[in-house]
Amino acid sequence: MNNFTYQKVSNPNDALNKISKNNAANFIAGGTNLIDLWKYNLAHPKTLVDINGLNDYKIIKEDEHGGLFLGALATNSDTAYHKLVEERYPLLSKAILAGASAQIRNSASNGGNLLQRTRCYYFYDASSPCNKRNPGSGCPAKNGLNRIHAILGTSEDCIAVFPSDMCIALAALEAVVHVKSPDGEREIEFSNFHRLPGDTPELDNNLKVNELITGISLPSEGFAENYSYLKLRDRNSYAFALVSVATGMVLENNKITKIRIALGGIAHKPWRVVAAEEFLVDKSPTEENFASAANMILKGAKGFGKNDFKIELSKRAIVRNCIMALHPESQRPGAQPSL
Amino acid sequence: MKTSKQIGKSVNRLEGYLKVTGAAKYAGEYDVPDLLQGYIVNSTITKGKILEIDESAAHALSGVVAIFSHNNRTKLPWFDIMYADMDAPPGTPFKPFYNDQILYNGQPIALVVAETFETARYAATLINVTYDEEPFETELAAHLDDARDPKKGIATLIKPLPPSANGDFEKAYNDADAQYAGEFIHGTEHHNPLELFTTTTVYEGDGKLTVYDKTQGTSNCQIYIANVFGLHYKDVRILSPFVGGAFGSGLRPQYQLFLCVMASLELKRNVRVTMDRAQMFTFGHRPQTIQKTRFGATADGTLTAINHTAIAETSQHEDYTEVVVNWANMLYPAKNTLLDYKLVPLDVFSPMDMRAPGGSTGLHAIEATMDALSYILKVDPMELRLLNYAERDVSADKPFSSKELKQCYLQAAEKFGWANRKSEPRTTRRGNRLVGTGMSSGIWDVIALPAKAKASINKKGKLKVKSAVTDIGTGTLTVMTQIAADSLGIHIDDVTFEYGDSNMPLSPIQGGSYTTGVVGSAVKAACESLKKKIFKKAKKMNNSTFNSVALEDVVFEDGSIYLKQDKSNFVTFKEIIADNDGKKIKASKNNIPNVLKLKQYTRAAHSAAFVEVEVDEQLGIVNVTRAVTAVAAGKIINPKTARSQILGGMIWGISKALREETLMDHNLGKYMNTDLGEYHIPVHADIHELDVIFVDEKDDIINELGSKGVGEIGLASMAPAIANAIYHATGKRINKFPIHFDQLL
Ligand SMILES: Cc1cc2nc3c(=O)[nH]c(=O)nc-3n(C[C@H](O)[C@H](O)[C@H](O)COP(=O)(O)OP(=O)(O)OC[C@H]3O[C@@H](n4cnc5c(N)ncnc54)[C@H](O)[C@@H]3O)c2cc1C
Repeated sequence: MNNFTYQKVSNPNDALNKISKNNAANFIAGGTNLIDLWKYNLAHPKTLVDINGLNDYKIIKEDEHGGLFLGALATNSDTAYHKLVEERYPLLSKAILAGASAQIRNSASNGGNLLQRTRCYYFYDASSPCNKRNPGSGCPAKNGLNRIHAILGTSEDCIAVFPSDMCIALAALEAVVHVKSPDGEREIEFSNFHRLPGDTPELDNNLKVNELITGISLPSEGFAENYSYLKLRDRNSYAFALVSVATGMVLENNKITKIRIALGGIAHKPWRVVAAEEFLVDKSPTEENFASAANMILKGAKGFGKNDFKIELSKRAIVRNCIMALHPESQRPGAQPSL
Repeated sequence: MKTSKQIGKSVNRLEGYLKVTGAAKYAGEYDVPDLLQGYIVNSTITKGKILEIDESAAHALSGVVAIFSHNNRTKLPWFDIMYADMDAPPGTPFKPFYNDQILYNGQPIALVVAETFETARYAATLINVTYDEEPFETELAAHLDDARDPKKGIATLIKPLPPSANGDFEKAYNDADAQYAGEFIHGTEHHNPLELFTTTTVYEGDGKLTVYDKTQGTSNCQIYIANVFGLHYKDVRILSPFVGGAFGSGLRPQYQLFLCVMASLELKRNVRVTMDRAQMFTFGHRPQTIQKTRFGATADGTLTAINHTAIAETSQHEDYTEVVVNWANMLYPAKNTLLDYKLVPLDVFSPMDMRAPGGSTGLHAIEATMDALSYILKVDPMELRLLNYAERDVSADKPFSSKELKQCYLQAAEKFGWANRKSEPRTTRRGNRLVGTGMSSGIWDVIALPAKAKASINKKGKLKVKSAVTDIGTGTLTVMTQIAADSLGIHIDDVTFEYGDSNMPLSPIQGGSYTTGVVGSAVKAACESLKKKIFKKAKKMNNSTFNSVALEDVVFEDGSIYLKQDKSNFVTFKEIIADNDGKKIKASKNNIPNVLKLKQYTRAAHSAAFVEVEVDEQLGIVNVTRAVTAVAAGKIINPKTARSQILGGMIWGISKALREETLMDHNLGKYMNTDLGEYHIPVHADIHELDVIFVDEKDDIINELGSKGVGEIGLASMAPAIANAIYHATGKRINKFPIHFDQLL
């Protein structure tokens, strides 16, 4: 670990000031991702700006639009177990609790979760080629160990996936990310927050350099009646998703009036296909209809050998999870399959 | 104090309190003054030559004290024999920093020594190495044609090569009414004990060293270090009282020990070298192995033909072998056998024993083949085993020293409720989940080796017993204390067992499930010898009433010697020592097994595992919902610690069947999932109901204690039982481990 300067801030302007004045400066929140990257010789901050003192961004409160504001520095645990989140947005609560371990969730912040980096083996190994870490060096995953890699939205340069669970629920909930920079504040729709790799795989998202995430707001619709998060992985806890699905649904007289389906573990960003969701509107919540939607969502999916199974698995996972959403009481710990 | 028999009692771990409170110190936790910290630099290529190591940026960093590599290493011996440790397979042992050659990816090529660990680790990233790369081969499946017979060596004594063919396999197989042929693929696994490999070397001056090391053999490391660095044995003291798991990875001295000692000797300073988790994947591992079976049986279920072949990887420099194919004919007395075991040298580090080496690999193939045959024959899987029950080991034409495997089957089946099983696959459901049950036999060798122990008793009547043996978390300290207490007839609180120190009497490395039998027998023998001496002194006491009494006529109990005939006639140990001017009475014993007697028997522990799984029909997710393992392992010295061993073995079985695998990118020649986030071992949420039964088994042959060891037998039967249960649930026979859920879609 290189030597570095550590600065604690207690107001956002100070934070922005310090980050833009220093070269190779990074915000640090829970540190559960940044410190690992640093220890593995993948990140080399010279200045750490500790934003854990920004108390205004630790709060979770109802906003003026009937939604909920989640402070960027509230921890993943405090968010998942918050009464209003549990009551109104159980999908988010379940997704968060399906991620990492209790200890990590106690440290991890909501802002940091959005910015966590991929778990691609090659990205994590400083001596391997990787276009995301070292643009132009190549992508060994395409012909290598790609069982955990993407099947949708991939590019010639990168087939990494975005590993978050929380963000898959946020995508389904159509959250909005609030950011602040020296130029002012702006809001980014969740579907525009993360990026596809294209020919700039080094960029994970559309946050600009020196921008601070202040919070995430959830719209009023929380799908508390019919929701489900399903996470398929190599063990029941403490493993990233090979495929995950977040479903939120509104039903009237056994017809779907609104549905959101987001997939994780299969692309460089949470994956949603609006056309498939629209297709389901006014339809009955049947396996056949969900299977048709699943086919639409997986359209264009492409495997790289070891991850070919994800295409069929994703379809089955969508169908199961939509059925599970009809029985939200069946949710199992760790978002294991139920019913 | 009144004593009660300790052997057979569930005595709590004596060091448990120290461990759970953090007071137990591990190799990397000793407070040593002016300690320097080393960090290892590993090769990032798989094969070739180092052209240059540019250390300038690292040296420029404040706090860096020295950088070692092949360029400036200590003068080292040439001869392989000087590097050979107790567990070295035939071949040329790996010699760190020996020259510029790169033999495998991750090979240690430099050591940075600095004032702090963080500085050393950072400096290591600033070292720039240029290589001349050569093509390499790491994939076993691509090189099966290169398979050859293993070289023989001392290791072959403990790991015999397959017995020669019997009868006419091909004919018997062709004539068989039922046949099953399978191919079984096992990937690489790494031991991954929680404690990282660490050495702390205290430089005592004058070529003297005190070394705290993570190891399964203090004597082994002492001999290795003395030989390699030309030191006197007595000047090298290796201490390893607490070991945070090892599972075989500490059977050989690891390279951090070598590097730490070298730096300490060169710098004449105290040095610590700690591996990080990724570096834990840069030495021994369970080898990739590809097996084939062909078993044939008559219509009534009698097994007539067994063909089992295995091809395993080894390194280019050593022929590491395992016993993979010898087990089937020990379990099932078929008359026609064809067994073969071959190696393919690849550009990897030498594989290394990992819990139930060979056995856990081979039994998967054997027991899955038996299972498959049972469905073809329409015979219950347990019934098929009972039909082919070996009362005698036909593969060696010897009787078993004892064998209660039948009781293992019956008692485990009863507890599991096997009788209620529906025989057809895919016949039970819970919602979307298919439910299946499966079973397997297990077998593991009982090894006898020499070991030494010393015993002494002081004027307070306290017994002290010593051995260099380690306690790798298995409960060795507790069990040895129990054995010593009973041997001398003394209260357990009056016994101290000192261990984990190469200054103490020589002990073999702790592995192969033999420690309790081997070291326990030495402890018992030393205590027996001490008894004789105490008795002799007792007879010499003034007014001794034992003058004309023989040793057979007395008992040692409650810290006293009693006349058997008349218990009112006794003398306490304290009185005897007081009469000895308060001087301790000491005894030492080198316990050498009676090889001639042992050779007449096949000596093995057995087990039977019964498992229930649920498999999500559409999504493939597997859960082992319950399992029962029954074990016949002779005398169980401590049922509590023994049960923990079996539970650990069962969980390992879940891991082996469903979870763990080291992923190698064969284009890079490199293991890629080298952390515990991506190297998946089971978590609590993966473990459901587990039950252990110890079956009564008496064995007067194997050793003085009649104890067979329980470290590995719990694993042997578990993984195949899971594969068999998955077949019963789904009708899919997956012969590649680990079974990932996507194989069941
Ligand atoms: C072993 C392990 C297993 C895990 N498993 C899972 C899992 O199964 N599912 C899952 O979803 N996640 C998992 N995680 C990831 C975990 O959720 C993230 O590490 C965590 O959410 C990151 O939050 P943090 O506050 O610790 O981020 P930090 O490490 O502090 O920061 C991460 C990055 O975000 C930047 N940053 C932080 N806050 C802000 C802000 N407010 N504005 C701008 N930039 C900011 C930092 O500069 C840094 O670059 C796992 C992590 C580990 C280590």
